[in-house]
Amino acid sequence: MMLQSLLGVWMCGVILAAFLWLPPAKGFQYPEAARIIVFHVPNAMAAVLAFLVSTVYAIKHLRGRNPADDAKSAASAQLGLLFALLAAVTGAVFAKIQWGSAWNWDPRQTTILILLLIYAAYFALRSSVEGSDRRAALSSAYAIIAFVTVPFLVFVVPRMTSSLHPSDTLTSRGGLGTQYRIVLFSAMAGFAGLYLWMFRLSVALAEIRNGKKGV
Amino acid sequence: MGTKSSSLASKAIAVYRKDIVSEFRTRYAVNAVALFAVTTLIAVSMSVGGFGVTDKNLLSALLWVILFFSAMSGLSRVFVREEESRTASALRLSADPIAIYIGKLAFNLTLLLALEIIVVPMFVVMMNAGVRNWTFFWLILLFGSVGLSAAATIVAAIVSKANAKGALFAVLSFPILAPLLVTAISASSAAMGGGAFADCWRYLRVLVSYAGVMITASVLLFEFIWED
Repeated sequence: MMLQSLLGVWMCGVILAAFLWLPPAKGFQYPEAARIIVFHVPNAMAAVLAFLVSTVYAIKHLRGRNPADDAKSAASAQLGLLFALLAAVTGAVFAKIQWGSAWNWDPRQTTILILLLIYAAYFALRSSVEGSDRRAALSSAYAIIAFVTVPFLVFVVPRMTSSLHPSDTLTSRGGLGTQYRIVLFSAMAGFAGLYLWMFRLSVALAEIRNGKKGV
Repeated sequence: MGTKSSSLASKAIAVYRKDIVSEFRTRYAVNAVALFAVTTLIAVSMSVGGFGVTDKNLLSALLWVILFFSAMSGLSRVFVREEESRTASALRLSADPIAIYIGKLAFNLTLLLALEIIVVPMFVVMMNAGVRNWTFFWLILLFGSVGLSAAATIVAAIVSKANAKGALFAVLSFPILAPLLVTAISASSAAMGGGAFADCWRYLRVLVSYAGVMITASVLLFEFIWED
């Protein structure tokens, strides 16, 4: 409860800082609009974190056959889908403002679209398999197979066409102003916390549901 | 160890031969896939061939879309047939999971290559697509097909235990195959333009590594999918 309130206060701080404290980013076409980065980048990172956790639990499930691991894998995949969708939408909004069109098959846009398709397919698979053991085994296997193709998306596809996304802003010195750096990293921490909190909630919910069914 | 691997290979070959023989009895998959591919090809050729498409990127994209959907129309049969005719349990008892996967993969690969031998020359003729570097073009088709059938075979094994198999097969396969399709499209377009060796090698490397990764992951995961 305490942590949860802290998370709420923290996220309020991030939102206030993003809209009121941050100066407009000069390098962009519409400096005011660049504030969306503070939400776009952490969303994408939370999605990656959620998909990673989902795959780890899928592997764990295939090794140990514990239904709880499968429930965790599914819960995390669901949150990943949500964060990925938000990252795609905020990205499309900013792309429209900065590059002139909302969707232009930038490699990152391609990658996130494929990720959305993978996990949408994952849930389509889950809903069409009967029997919880079989569903768990098949969807874990699919999640792992899908995950091994992600490196191809991340490393191979971008080399085929050029990207409009900057690649080294976060790691290079002088890529970001100090204020942007502070707010962006706080937002990342906030979104990671948000993900953890939502993950625990949906795992608890799944446990209650499974308990009711007597599985 | 030697006897074990040789029995694995002989079992895989036995599974492959069984599938070929039972396919020749009904010719279901061959007919479905070949007719589907020819129909799609004619539909594409009729609707865009009249405009005189000369863009190499567009031509190779169309070729791979035809190949992808043709593969989706028939490659799931290998496992769906076992479930429908209730022979899956007998198969499970008689061979190692790995041997079964490899046998089924070999069968799907044969099917896909047979399809390409018919459809690709037809495509080149009907769409008026000039190919400058034939060796490279066939190499791309070969390694692209290995990757495509590897992914399709493991997804077929998953789908055969679900409801709504037909629709689910394409839905589950496409995101997994997307990197392969993107690479294969760029590669075939380079082959049509007569790309240099270094250029071609860059694409082939991706296709070969995709096939390797997909086959390895499938071999590792297949027993979890196959057991019941």
